[in-house]
Amino acid sequence: MAKNILVIGEHADSEITATTAELIGQSTRLAEGGLVSVALLGSSAADATQQAFEAGAGKVFVNDDDGYTEYNSDQWVAAIESTLESIDVILVAQSTVGRDLAPRLAARQGTAAAMDCVDVRSDNGEIRVTRPCYGGNALADYSFATSPVIATVRAKAFEALPLQSGASGEVIELPAPSESRTTIEGREVAEAEGLAITDAPIVVSGGRGLGGPEGFEDVENLAAAFGSNRAAVGASRAACDLGWYPVSQQVGLTGKVVTPDLYVAIAISGASQHMAGCSGSKMIIAINRDPEANIFQNAKYGIVGDYKAVLPALIEAVKAQS
Amino acid sequence: MHFVVCAKQIPDPETPPSAFKIDESTNTVVPAQGFQPVLSQYDGIAAEAALQIKEALGDEAKITVLSVGAESAQAAIKQVLAMGADEGVLLQDDAFEGGDSHTTAKVLAAAISNLGDVDAIFCGRQAADWDVGQVGLLVAEELGWPAAILAKGVEISDGSMKTTRVMADGFETVSQALPAVVTVSNEFGEPRYPKLQQIMQAAKKTVTTMTHDQLGLDPSEVGSSGARLKLEKLYIPQSDSQVEIIDGETPEEQATNLIAKLVADKVL
Repeated sequence: MAKNILVIGEHADSEITATTAELIGQSTRLAEGGLVSVALLGSSAADATQQAFEAGAGKVFVNDDDGYTEYNSDQWVAAIESTLESIDVILVAQSTVGRDLAPRLAARQGTAAAMDCVDVRSDNGEIRVTRPCYGGNALADYSFATSPVIATVRAKAFEALPLQSGASGEVIELPAPSESRTTIEGREVAEAEGLAITDAPIVVSGGRGLGGPEGFEDVENLAAAFGSNRAAVGASRAACDLGWYPVSQQVGLTGKVVTPDLYVAIAISGASQHMAGCSGSKMIIAINRDPEANIFQNAKYGIVGDYKAVLPALIEAVKAQS
Repeated sequence: MHFVVCAKQIPDPETPPSAFKIDESTNTVVPAQGFQPVLSQYDGIAAEAALQIKEALGDEAKITVLSVGAESAQAAIKQVLAMGADEGVLLQDDAFEGGDSHTTAKVLAAAISNLGDVDAIFCGRQAADWDVGQVGLLVAEELGWPAAILAKGVEISDGSMKTTRVMADGFETVSQALPAVVTVSNEFGEPRYPKLQQIMQAAKKTVTTMTHDQLGLDPSEVGSSGARLKLEKLYIPQSDSQVEIIDGETPEEQATNLIAKLVADKVL
């Protein structure tokens, strides 16, 4: 059964985010002949429009009014609601925007949002979603009793389509920003310098087993050996709670969800709330003194040993290889 | 001022994965032996936020704790009472069972309307069992109030709420007119531990119980009948990964062997 799908897009520096392209890709697979639309709001949205078409969109709703640049729920909800006539499914990233927008849209539309999905599929024409719960200990499959279906989706849950250069489609202008009950008074960017942990192809993380903040020096040295343009440093919640490393680098359910090609977990026990933040990695390597540590259940390769002995050797071996 | 803290009782999230079991015939979690249900930790942080504001206002505020749950959820309410909240109401009814975020929010919103004079609602960023994070926003939508999510700081003054929110790349400060809803994140800080005397006082307090009748709700709009999301299957994911422990007499040998594997796998 054909479905019309709306992807609520996000963009930065005139480019749609990787997750937006992934959601367009999956929407194209789910639409079964229906139309895939993308909504883009904020300055540089117009520049991102062409990219949305090349990523597979058939129609783009857009307004590049600067008033939309900082996400403001009332304004975004009003703009998105104006696009929903004949929309069957709405997908948005599990991002700062999606976490706020999806439940509000669901309430206004008399429907439900499934949050933080790792799969959205069509089961005999009916949308089913899968989402992790209980700190990653369990997965839950849901169907919807109401329409439209709304789901927020984790980064890298789906593959984007190959870009079709020169693709085009219908462009529809969205209304200007409405009144809002929320005044944005200021923003402060607090990200660590260098490669963002969510973008890095390699993430090297340290946990409570490091024994103190000084243990992160070895962790940082290993990341540097992989290359500062490739590897970023993460930390477990326990290490951040103890003040050993900045919260901005926390990996886990309440921190960042990372999906690198390689995740190196050093002195991390692998509590389920931590695994919820890294289980989407293509490969996990665990270095831990405790051979019974849960992290080994999720790792492809493991070294059982004290990080103080293993890391200096590993740093030399990485340097020798590159 | 009158504040509401929404509190949920959940299975202890510190239950190790080995003791975590699901009854697939009912799609429910089997309570683990030796682990008591606890107050969802983010709700404890929400209570802390409400208490700090009450103190900043020179105690000129009342805090009511609401929980949708079974009889056992009295313990979660009493924990927040012991922290310093004033009154507790348990929203308990067979008709509320099997609900989703929407029906939970509907019950909470009905109870808040029933209280009548509420200025601000404090919720945890998400319940630490289902990890959804919508109830606060849905309560706000039911009541038609503004809401700010993922707060690491909250202030209330001159009829407005100022919230510092955790964003992917930093923080954002927003202000909204009261009445308003805020969901509080772990970045706010740790909740206080009640003193023994407070725990004993809270134990003596009466927690009011309310059902759908008293809240003016029709059983068809709450619980499993009113749910918009249908849980089809709850299951433990199968790990397909079989760990290979890297051999080596020395750390140097282990490191060299590991790198050789990564090169063979084309990861490096």
